[in-house]
Parts: sequence; C-alpha cells; structure tokens
Amino acid sequence: MSVRTLPLLFLNLGGEMLYILDQRLRAQNIPGDKARKVLHDIISTMFNRKFMEELFKPQELYSKKALRTVYDRLAHASIMRLNQASMDKLYDLMTMAFKHQVLLCPRPKDVLLVTFNHLDAIKGFIQDSPAILHQVEEIFRQLTETYGGLSAGEFQLIRQTLLTFFQDLHIRVSLFLKDKVQNSNGRFVLPVSGPVPWGTEVPGLIRMFDSKGKEVKKVEFKHGGNYVTAPKEGSFELYGDRVLKLGTNMYSVNRPVETHMSGASKNLAPRTQENIAPNPLAKEELNFLARLMGGMEIKKPSGPEPGFRLNLFTTDEEEEQAALTRPEELSYEVINIQATQDQQRNEELARIMGELEVTDQPRQSASKGDDLLAMMDGL
Amino acid sequence: MFRRERSIPLRGSAAALCNNLSVLQLPSRNLTHFGVVHGPSAQLVSAAPEGVPLAQRQLHAKEGAGVSPPLITQVHWCVLPFRVLLVLTSHRGIQMYESDGSVMVYWHALDSGDASPGTWSGQILVFDIPAKGPNIVLSEELAGHQTPVTDIATEPAQGQDYVADMVTADDSGLLCVWRSGPEFKLLTRIPGFGVPCPSVQLWHGTVAAGYGDGQVRLYEASTGTLHVQISAHARAICALDLAPEAGKLLSAAEDTFVHIWKLSRSPESGYTEVEHCHGECVPDTQVCGARFCDPSGSSFAVTGYDLAEILRFSSV
Repeated sequence: MSVRTLPLLFLNLGGEMLYILDQRLRAQNIPGDKARKVLHDIISTMFNRKFMEELFKPQELYSKKALRTVYDRLAHASIMRLNQASMDKLYDLMTMAFKHQVLLCPRPKDVLLVTFNHLDAIKGFIQDSPAILHQVEEIFRQLTETYGGLSAGEFQLIRQTLLTFFQDLHIRVSLFLKDKVQNSNGRFVLPVSGPVPWGTEVPGLIRMFDSKGKEVKKVEFKHGGNYVTAPKEGSFELYGDRVLKLGTNMYSVNRPVETHMSGASKNLAPRTQENIAPNPLAKEELNFLARLMGGMEIKKPSGPEPGFRLNLFTTDEEEEQAALTRPEELSYEVINIQATQDQQRNEELARIMGELEVTDQPRQSASKGDDLLAMMDGL
Repeated sequence: MFRRERSIPLRGSAAALCNNLSVLQLPSRNLTHFGVVHGPSAQLVSAAPEGVPLAQRQLHAKEGAGVSPPLITQVHWCVLPFRVLLVLTSHRGIQMYESDGSVMVYWHALDSGDASPGTWSGQILVFDIPAKGPNIVLSEELAGHQTPVTDIATEPAQGQDYVADMVTADDSGLLCVWRSGPEFKLLTRIPGFGVPCPSVQLWHGTVAAGYGDGQVRLYEASTGTLHVQISAHARAICALDLAPEAGKLLSAAEDTFVHIWKLSRSPESGYTEVEHCHGECVPDTQVCGARFCDPSGSSFAVTGYDLAEILRFSSV
C-alpha cells in the first residue's frame, strides 16, 4: 500500500469537516464573529507547520479510530464543543463524503484536484487572515512537490490504499440519498455517462493494424454507456479551474444532513471482528497520535470568550437519541490524549499509556513508552 | 445474451485490487473453486455448478515483524502440468499451498531490505516446482521491470524447442515477453505509454493487455507489433481473462462493465482480429476481478470492491 496517502486523506476529510461545521454554525445561528473564530482556529491548527511536517512523512495509514481521535482534537481547537453523538455524526459524514469523491474520481490523479478543491474552499473561509492564508498556500506547494511527479501507477496505488481505508463503510446520508448519489442500500451510484477521464478515449472503437502500423480496419461496437469526450483538464496550479466538482462544498443552510445508522451495521459486522480483537497496533497508533497532535498547538481559551456547544442534529433530544441508539460496532471509542504543554503532561501520558495497555498481551518493553515521553519532552 | 445466475456469498467484501478473482475449474469433480482477496485475509469458496456454495476457507498472510497485519495482494491458482498450487502474495512474501488451501507447502519471504515500504523491485521470481511435496526452490530472478509487476501470463509453447512463453506487465505499462527454458530469455519489450498495465493474457502468440486508461491492446508476442487497439472501457481495466479453447477474451473495468471479445486470425492476412461479443453492466459496482468459469467462455464470474458476493453470469 502507498505510504504517501495520509496527507491526502487528512486534508480532504478536514475539508469536509469544515464544510459541515460551517453549515451547522449558520443553521444554529451562531453569531458571525464566533463562527469565524471557530473556523479560523481549526484551520490554523490544521495547517500548523509542525503538524503538517509530521503528516507528510512517508507512513502507512492508521485505523479509522486513530484518525478520528485527531479530528476530535481538531474540532475542539477553539471555543466550540461537540458531544460524542455529534462528533460521531460529523465523522460519518466526512468519511462517506470523501469515500464518494475517491470512488468517482475519473482518474486516480484527480484525487489531487479534489484536494485542491477543498483547499480552495478553505482559503475562502480565511480570506481576511493573511497569516493563515500563507500557511494554506504553503501546503499547496508541498502537495505539488510531493505529488506532482508521481506516475499514474503510483496514483492508482494511492487510490487503492484510500479505498481499502473506506472498505465496508455504507452509512446512508440523507443528502446523498435525496440527490440520488447513494442507493438505499448504502452503495454509491456509479454513473455510466458523462465525460470520460482526461486522456481516455470514449469507448466503442476497435482498430486493427498491419505489421507496418497502418490501420487496416475500424469497427465500432456498442459499449453500453453514454460517454462523451472530456472537455478539458483540471488545473493543478495554485490558482485555476479545477473542472472537477468533487470536493466542492455541497452543503447549504437549508439542507440539513442526517445519517441513517440502521442497515449499515449488517455490512460492517465481518470487518469489525478484526477491530474488536486485542489490537497490537494500539502502541504504534498512540505514538503516531502523540507525534501528530504534539505538533498541534491548541490554544487554551483565554479571557472572557465563552464557549458554546454545536449540535449536528436538529434538536438536543435527537442528539441524545442518536447517542443511545448508535450500534455497538459503529462506536469509535475515542482515545483521549491530552497532548497539552502543562506540567502534568508526563504523568498524564504515562497514566493513559498504562490505561491503554492490552492486558492479555505480553508486557512489551518500556522503551516505546519512554520514547513517547521523551518526544513530548522535546516539544 | 447472458443472464445473472445465483451469486456466491462471501464472508468479507472484495478488496480494491486488480485481478481480484481467481477461478479453478474442476469439471471432473463437478466443482469450481473461487478465490477472492478481502484484505488481511483471502477467501476460498468451492461451489457446485448451479452456484451452491459447498465449502469455505480463509487464509491469512503470514505475520511478521511490523506494525500492521499484512494485506494480501493476490490469490491465484497456478495450474501446472502435473500439479495445481494456490499462491498467495503479500508484501511480506509468497505463500504456496496445495490447491484446496489446506496445507502451506512453501514460504518465500520478500526482502524489504533498504527499499522503503510500499515499493516493489519489479523482479520476477521463478520457482522450480516438484511434482509433489514441499521441495520448492527459487531458481531464477528475472530483471526486466523497474516498476512493480502487476500481472503474469503464460501459455504452452508454440514451437518444439522450449516449454512455454510468458508475458509480464508492470505499473508503467511495460510488457516483457519471455521464453522459458533452463533459463528464461527475454524476447521482446513492449513499452508503455504512461498508464499502468494491470492485466495481461497470452493466446496463440498474441499478447492481450488491459490498461489504466481503459484500452485493450493486442500485440504480436514475438515482435511486439501492435495489431489491435480497442477503446474498451471508460475507466481503468482491472482484469482480463481468456477462454483459450474458444479464443474468447474477457475484460472488466472500474467503469462497471464487463466485455467479451472474440479473437481470431484472419486467414488471408494472418493478422489478429477482434469482434465484440457481449457487454454486461454490473450496476454501481467498481469491478475488481472477473474470470471465465468454463473453457468455452459461456459463463463468467465477477467481483466488485465492497461487494460481499461473487456475481455469476451464463449465456442463454
């Protein structure tokens, strides 16, 4: 699997998260200045240089659980709070949206255009903040540097790595169902019409050649789809027409988004067997999380700025209900790490490491724990 | 005309890999074996002719030192003249089993060495297989590719002085044609054109290759001359299969379509010709594997990403 997948996964999921939060902030009538502050704080934390450095290091993808913990922290980077049920729903929406985008990318390389669509929109959220804008543009450059020279084969591998991450996820999203983008069984609609990918010919032609390369026969056949030539290629420049609509903001205030949990659990059963078993990954993932979130400089709310709670559901009762009825196998069991800079962090981290020790595993050497503490010390 | 037959359920969904379906036809025992990669495990199912599943087995890649459970990259039955072996590959190495998957007879660890994880050397490993038993030996390492090898196809020799021809394909779209013998000899190189070639077949000295841009191309194996170019699919091709007796070729792609083609040689010109026989749409399914289920090509099976069943079609 590709070791260059994480930045793409993280940035696109992050982009979807911002679209959803932006929509909910407006739907909940949060005052403009508070809403802007939340988005600014989250974006600024996401694009923090140290954090991005960790992200771009070649590494394998971690589990959905581990990644969810990072977004949990990110969503709480400001004065906004989310209950577990709302955070679960947020993560479900983010993952299903990006899964859809990856599946529908015409060429594997187009996932980069999807990423640029997200970044373009993120720049729109922070137009009045030149410092954060600069951070985002830095990441554009880094993406171009990292991915600009990759071959089609390497992009195909990245695509397969992403699809493996999203395998067996079939949560039904009402917005997708309404738009006929998803079927009632949770599977996405794969259209067989429209423009072919850039560089692909419209199917339907058989050409035969002689040994000198001269075309001797041309026959058409009925392909079955209804495809047309691609009009133009999307731009991979800092500014440009991406052409592809995948990754642009599809939410608006008047289209509340619900997810349906029932029916999804059946499909998840075979896969989650592997997740519930004692996980030797826990330590590695913990290290990854500590490294990643160590780079996140979470500003502690200072001064009289009062926090507020965002609800991804339309009422508090709905949120409570969702928390109670969420199927067992879909619970994310967030790993709670306080990667803060205060005095107690070493003890705290050691305690958490202890809590997460899987008891029926042979006690591993203390080295990983020591490494972790050493790393935290260095921050 | 083809119609949908009864599907074979799988314990786990098929992974988004290419060539993610292997079929072993056992007509004498009225059985067909199917092999599909789920992720860290591969599933073997055997079914009766009507598709009724009879037996099931799951195989896992060998664990080793490392962070995550290894993912299987391919499961494939290798039919040799005197023996059938089931081969499982992962980034850790190559595992070979008896054809029903009951006993592992050989394990070859891949040397990750200095290579960063996720890159493959492009080497082809040739193993000597005895008629029975585990005495399998690595006999040769062929260097012909610089990028990861995606598929290998072979056919019994056309001439008398050697055993078989082989074609290998890689992520850059390069094809290498080899002749077997005490040592393998590289005959021809057919360059790529910027897209991977995930799947390749060999039929009567003709190479059939499926590419990442949806094209199927047929080349003369001995010279590398391009004879047929088909704009076959709107997305990357994920699998090709041959029904050699009937000269039928099957192509499947991420565009949800499976197409069947008839290959022939024109008696006047001697050139390879292709005719489209049938197209089948598997709605909303990113196909990842497809195989004929009988030598005449009158039935085929399909797997799709995220789909926990093997779809079957047969002609009416």
